[in-house]
Amino acid sequence: MESLWLSMKLATCVAVILLVIGMPVAYWLAYSNWRGKFLLESVVALPLVLPPTVLGFYALVAMRPHGPLGKLWSTLFGHGLAFTFAGLILASVLYSFPFAVQPLIASFESVDRRLLDASSVLGAGTLRTFWRVILPLSLPGVVTAIVLSFAHTLGEFGVVLMVGGNLAGVTRTVSIDIYDRVQSLEYGEANRMALVLLAISFAVLSVVYAVNRRPWAPWAAK
Amino acid sequence: MLTARIRKEFRRPGAASFLLDVSFEVSPGITILFGASGAGKSTLLDCLAGLSLPDEGRIVAAGDALFDSAARINVPAPKRRIAYVFQSLALFPHLTAEENVAYGLPDLRNEERRERVAAILKAFRVEKLRNQKPGDISGGEKQRIALARSLVTDPRVLLLDEPLTGLDADLKAAIVDDLRAWNAAKGIPVLYVTHSRDELDALGERAIALDNGRVVSAGAPMEVLNAPRRKKLAQAAGFENLLSATVLDLRESDGVMRVRLGENPCEIEVPLGYASPGSRVQVAIRAGDILLATEPPRGLSARNVMEGRILSLEHRGAMIIARVDCGVTFLVHVTPGAARALELSAGNRVWLVLKTHSCHLVD
Repeated sequence: MESLWLSMKLATCVAVILLVIGMPVAYWLAYSNWRGKFLLESVVALPLVLPPTVLGFYALVAMRPHGPLGKLWSTLFGHGLAFTFAGLILASVLYSFPFAVQPLIASFESVDRRLLDASSVLGAGTLRTFWRVILPLSLPGVVTAIVLSFAHTLGEFGVVLMVGGNLAGVTRTVSIDIYDRVQSLEYGEANRMALVLLAISFAVLSVVYAVNRRPWAPWAAK
Repeated sequence: MLTARIRKEFRRPGAASFLLDVSFEVSPGITILFGASGAGKSTLLDCLAGLSLPDEGRIVAAGDALFDSAARINVPAPKRRIAYVFQSLALFPHLTAEENVAYGLPDLRNEERRERVAAILKAFRVEKLRNQKPGDISGGEKQRIALARSLVTDPRVLLLDEPLTGLDADLKAAIVDDLRAWNAAKGIPVLYVTHSRDELDALGERAIALDNGRVVSAGAPMEVLNAPRRKKLAQAAGFENLLSATVLDLRESDGVMRVRLGENPCEIEVPLGYASPGSRVQVAIRAGDILLATEPPRGLSARNVMEGRILSLEHRGAMIIARVDCGVTFLVHVTPGAARALELSAGNRVWLVLKTHSCHLVD
């Protein structure tokens, strides 16, 4: 069960990081009037259509000792990035980016613009408007973003295999572990882990759909 | 006092561009901004509040320039201290009435904030709703809370964008009374946008009519209401005198301009309209709004006195229509009794007296 624990740790880190960097990106994508916005939107959505091996391959190229990221990392921390947990987090953040950003954009955009105008004429700047109005009204989107990036990271396979390899306790996540077990014909063990993953995925999606139905949302009219 | 000159052009793909080009003043008290939907009212308010950027112009509230394209001044909306109640009210759905009202007061000490919020909730008679969320509050009360939220911040100007649509007349009047009571002490300019003629009549001390992005008339509500904006309308509404005129000069501070009628030296003063010196306008005057005197009148408040000669007198029912030549021909209604007392007959020298606001501009 070491691999399951590792996957949980990875997914949690990725969800937290994505929430922090996803919010400003989503805010900008939701409210900017820049004409070239579609370019960034495409970049953000890219991991949705790219085969994980392609993303993983380029991540690996960037992270190898002589790659741009790998070099930067070793000057900063004194060791390489490929086949480490940190490298895994980085690649997973890229891979799950759209799963965090898209629900945030959708919920930011669904906030009535007149509420933002009202906040503005009442003297609130961008930051205060964000904390007091946009964020509270986007809570379902925020929950969806956290849960989806968590779940998506939990289930990833190709990217991890490319970037992380298969080091027990460092980069061997649960999906890779399952694959390993099947390769070595340990079907019972594979089944146990697969069931746990299935249960977690189901629970997580239930949370997303339940939150988005939001009949108990505090602002819903009674 | 709020003075504004705003020019903003909208280019819409596949449609003619729309030009908002206005200049007006709002003094303390309620001024109605009247116009059909699509006349540019909401855009105008957005420009005043700083939510929309004019191409050119100048906005001054209580002596401070909030926008000045020439001086490159553009105070951002949060710093303008212009309160704005939207048509949708835009109450924050996740906050209680009290939290909504307190929203604009983040810098006050808790105690002071509570006091001010309580005071204004009381002034607008919604103190018992303070812990309710907008979803649980009825129409008229939501309007009251939106007003309270805007006014609690001590704004320099209040903008209202059809905030009372959908309420019955009594409720509307009651809310406006509370607004007036609150403003009696503050004396800020209130610009109240509506497309409803009833509200124009009932609520405002002054009115500005907006049509197709321009100010077409300004003054007392009745005058604005009576100023027809189309030639056809003018004839239909019984303006017997429809004269083409050339604008000579604008006296914006007086809200009037001088025009020359026809090609003659006959000059009159008319309400300020959207026009520039040298441009041609149509002036509509009711025959019944013109006074006729047989001696040069003196000491009158009316600004237009013209000397002329009666061309003909014609009985029509209980009315005599006098055709008077003052360089251009005016039709004047006189009662038979007045005609007898003045011993009017064709060829008499007479003076016509015309109030500025009896002259209506049409385009």
